[in-house]
Amino acid sequence: MGRVQFGGIVRPVALDFVPEAAVGDYVIVHVGFAISRVDAEEAERTYKLLEEMGGLEEEFGPEAAS
Amino acid sequence: MKFLSEYRDERIARALAAEIGQCAKHPWVLMEICGGQTHTIMRYGLDELLPREVELVHGPGCPVCVTPLETIDTAIELASRPEVILVSYGDMLRVPGSRSDLLRAKAEGAQVRVVYSPVEAVKIARENPRQQVVFLAIGFETTAPANAMAAWQAKRERLTNFSLLVSHVLVPPAIRGLLTSPNNRVQAFIAPGHVCTIMGCGEYEALVRDFRVPMVVGGFEPVDLLQAILMLVKQLEAGEARLENQYVRSVSYQGNLAAQAIMKEVFEVADQKWRGIGPIPQSGLRLREEYAAYDAARVFGMAEFSVEEPAECISAQVLLGLKKPTDCPAFGMRCTPDNPLGAPMVSSEGACAAYYRYRRRAVAS
Repeated sequence: MGRVQFGGIVRPVALDFVPEAAVGDYVIVHVGFAISRVDAEEAERTYKLLEEMGGLEEEFGPEAAS
Repeated sequence: MKFLSEYRDERIARALAAEIGQCAKHPWVLMEICGGQTHTIMRYGLDELLPREVELVHGPGCPVCVTPLETIDTAIELASRPEVILVSYGDMLRVPGSRSDLLRAKAEGAQVRVVYSPVEAVKIARENPRQQVVFLAIGFETTAPANAMAAWQAKRERLTNFSLLVSHVLVPPAIRGLLTSPNNRVQAFIAPGHVCTIMGCGEYEALVRDFRVPMVVGGFEPVDLLQAILMLVKQLEAGEARLENQYVRSVSYQGNLAAQAIMKEVFEVADQKWRGIGPIPQSGLRLREEYAAYDAARVFGMAEFSVEEPAECISAQVLLGLKKPTDCPAFGMRCTPDNPLGAPMVSSEGACAAYYRYRRRAVAS
């Protein structure tokens, strides 16, 4: 069993399906089992692309960008 | 929180919605399969950000909603036996069976316990050796590996007082059923990100090929869903049909092999009845012969039977994306989460519950 923090609360989580999970990783948990390790590189790449797109939409002005 | 707040960024969500507006030139009907995604769409009002060309209809991906009435009646009957402790996920307790529900059975003295994880169900069996513990094992592919682990663990420990009442459903045969129906309106699908986290993308690629229908595996945050919708609209406008993966931070092409292995060890594919929808061939899972001693239906010799859904509930059409919850005359009036006529009003993944919680003003309009 691993210990996973959910926005402050720490719960025991079964790691049988993600044996490669290491301390500090982000995992997706369903009914007490981790089902995937979040791929941080992929997550950041997607987000950067989206952020660039958001930045190009000037019509929303500086307030929405804050 | 990391990997959550970024995907709830309003600025990016609005930019995506604006781009969808620019891309969509023709009317399109998109379906999100998963009830978790339906709740995100309603909670954040994503459908209201979309141009009128893009209509979202909600799919059958609510495990509680499609668990057959007969399974709930059987669970209530088992729970009412003095030697049985019935263990269930919390969402199932208020779901109406044909005469009662598990919460009412509990109030009348049945031993019904709620767990968050199947691990806890096995623990209850260990701690209560004089009682028969029956775990109501329902769900889609996302839940199947965890439920399989409970059976595997019980067999390994040679527990003789633990069994599963199984009602497991599979997404791809349901999509196939929708696409072959003469009433189908859906032109593209957001495939369920957590089901695909387990099962990978191969089955969806086959659907794209067989039906020439665009599919994008999508995540569960507002930005995930809007990005998936944009990817689908671009494909539709270009006349393309491909499988794309928006939820790359969790979904790989082959899926979670360890989870698939335990599913295959414990379960085999079988015909399955879906509440509201009816039987779909090869659309469910049952315990393998090697696990017969852990099959509650066999252990307790439960007879097969068939009951009818109350005529007033239109959940069948809601689950097939043919009607919206607000099209139902009973919605929010005679059918509420406290007094549900059908399962979609109860579950945290049910479309009717999502509309009731986030869109009550639609009743008055």
